[in-house]
Amino acid sequence: MSAPADPILAVEHLSMRFGGLVAVDDLSFAAQRGHITALIGPNGAGKTTVFNCITGFYHPSVGMVRLTHADGTTYLLERLLDFRIAKLARVARTFQNIRLFAGMTVLENLLVAQHNPLMKASGFTVLGLLGLPVYGHAEAAAIDKAKYWLDRVGVLRRADDPAGDLPYGEQRRVEIARAMCTDPVLLCLDEPAAGLNVRESAELNELLLRMRAEHNTSILLIEHDMSVVMGISDRVVVLDYGVKIFDGTPADVRNDAKVIAAYLGVEDEEVEQAEAEVGL
Amino acid sequence: MSQALETPARPAIDLLGALKSGALAAVVAFGLFSLLIGVRTDQGPTGALEIEPRLVALGVICAVAFVGGFARACLAGESLDLAGYIPERIKTAAGHVGRYFGLALLAFAVIEPIAFYHNRYILDLGILVLTYVMLGWGLNIVVGLAGLLDLGYVAFYAVGAYSYALLAQNFGWSFWICLPIAGFLAACWGVMLGFPVLRLRGDYLAIVTLAFGEIIRLVLLNWQSVTGGPNGISGIARPSFFGLPFTDDENGFAATFGLEYSPTHRVVFLYYLILVLALLTNWVTLRLRRLPIGRAWEALREDEIACRSLGINTTTTKLTAFAMGAMFGGIAGSFFATRQGFISPESFTFSESALVLAIVVLGGMGSQLGVAVAAFAMLGAFELFREFSQYRMLVFGIAMVLIMIWRPRGLVATRTPSVFLGKPKEVPAEIVAEARQ
Repeated sequence: MSAPADPILAVEHLSMRFGGLVAVDDLSFAAQRGHITALIGPNGAGKTTVFNCITGFYHPSVGMVRLTHADGTTYLLERLLDFRIAKLARVARTFQNIRLFAGMTVLENLLVAQHNPLMKASGFTVLGLLGLPVYGHAEAAAIDKAKYWLDRVGVLRRADDPAGDLPYGEQRRVEIARAMCTDPVLLCLDEPAAGLNVRESAELNELLLRMRAEHNTSILLIEHDMSVVMGISDRVVVLDYGVKIFDGTPADVRNDAKVIAAYLGVEDEEVEQAEAEVGL
Repeated sequence: MSQALETPARPAIDLLGALKSGALAAVVAFGLFSLLIGVRTDQGPTGALEIEPRLVALGVICAVAFVGGFARACLAGESLDLAGYIPERIKTAAGHVGRYFGLALLAFAVIEPIAFYHNRYILDLGILVLTYVMLGWGLNIVVGLAGLLDLGYVAFYAVGAYSYALLAQNFGWSFWICLPIAGFLAACWGVMLGFPVLRLRGDYLAIVTLAFGEIIRLVLLNWQSVTGGPNGISGIARPSFFGLPFTDDENGFAATFGLEYSPTHRVVFLYYLILVLALLTNWVTLRLRRLPIGRAWEALREDEIACRSLGINTTTTKLTAFAMGAMFGGIAGSFFATRQGFISPESFTFSESALVLAIVVLGGMGSQLGVAVAAFAMLGAFELFREFSQYRMLVFGIAMVLIMIWRPRGLVATRTPSVFLGKPKEVPAEIVAEARQ
């Protein structure tokens, strides 16, 4: 498939080594602005490592991760510290094992996500400490925004409950709402459908599609649930052992021999043939 | 499936098992105390060392352990959670009382110097308790809110005390000028401690902060030319009533207000001074909790990685927590210096850090009211047991163990959220991060 015309994210020759282990090997792909791009692959293929490189939790051994805002500003993510990627480049992420602030309420979780604008409104705490109305207005606006997103993901009625008390599916959705409260241009979701039942993952599909349509959020997605991947993604990138083996539309990925081999294995005679080729 | 849903029948008391567990406890007690209590060395008539067995005392201890172990095993089937037995109505009533308890405590703190005007001992004790309340509230920012375990908090207390003492002695500056300076200097030391420990958490952080506290103390002890070394600094200027000294002359406080001179005036003034400083700490903390920085501290305690994924600069967030906590410690330190009139490194040992930390942990990390109650209970108990000084630490230790068994998360274990859409409710302790660690 040809390179996207207006890429929001371009990953070029990305490699990540942990000692002798090459988790990601010379990976290049691009994500189109306003599209949902899925990153799939068998367990241990290096998908989450790619995510951690993009969001700054790892520093890639080799390669470049370039993010371009709609106004043309470019950020080289591999050079930014993790919190700056969220703050300046506006890349938000969720985690494979949910990382909500369990002891804080759902609403507080979403307010923490708006830390940077609120911090500015509170005059870096000084004005807020004095109780000036500037901060009061900013906080009211932040609460409205939090309410909006909680309503969108359908957990508004649990806003005052501690996040750790919510059922698993709702925690997943709160994490997405929390990420959206940072006004991201690129949202990275690490297995958002893990642990959801069929109905919940259908709702998730609908939510992601609406987010893309109404807020023009570009989404990068790691997922094992094929109903999500095939149902909503515009483009699929398949990784196996850290190497990209496919890059194309969801329709094509079903029929790709390499992808099928990576997921399901190959026929016995093919193994024999391959072994003969390398002289085993 | 339906069987599993039925309430399991309470198991009958296993008499043999209980006897066994009692016997085990007795054996352990025998092993522990056979030498400690069972024998006593004494000087014999010829001057030689003699061993005097004390079998009765040993027997009593073992019997007590047996009964304890037996009773525990008998009760094991029962729920020790007494909360279940309290009727709902009383529980809500207790909730109402809890809400007004803080106010009642505050009212008591305000009228105490009037009520006990002629009891110097109570006044001094009140000042001491309030000093520790303030220290507890200051440390609560670092430990309770930001979740950074700090075992060297006394270092900031020392920095504040020495800042005031040295500034007042060398430059003759008044208490009211020195107070903010001392707070600022302590905050600077807080940041200085914060930098090297940014990457550390939990046990490792505790060790480094412990060492930091010792470093400060040792510097104070050895830097003779500046700090006076082990001799400390004496004759530190006493605070004045906004310029009016508490002296028995025409320019003094008593003469100006047409009162008869009494040394109690100064004590009462000191009492209200520390009360105001402590309340200021409390007000600032409560306020900060509702500001983005306070929420970021709590978020940091809950999950640092998630904080970074949301664009929060964890470095500055941690440093501000250290600086804030240190600042209040430093202010409390200046108060200590002006109240005592004499300071030496002996006042700033690790046991002070441990006491303040114990107050915070006992009170329930993050809870302002809990810390105040814990400071009151702990220092009050210390004073009560002053006459039996050799059993003081023993009773203190037993009390700590019992409280940690019954209320493992401190006296006030719930967390009050900082913002609500609807009706306020508390977050139970089990899901707050420090409880999970």
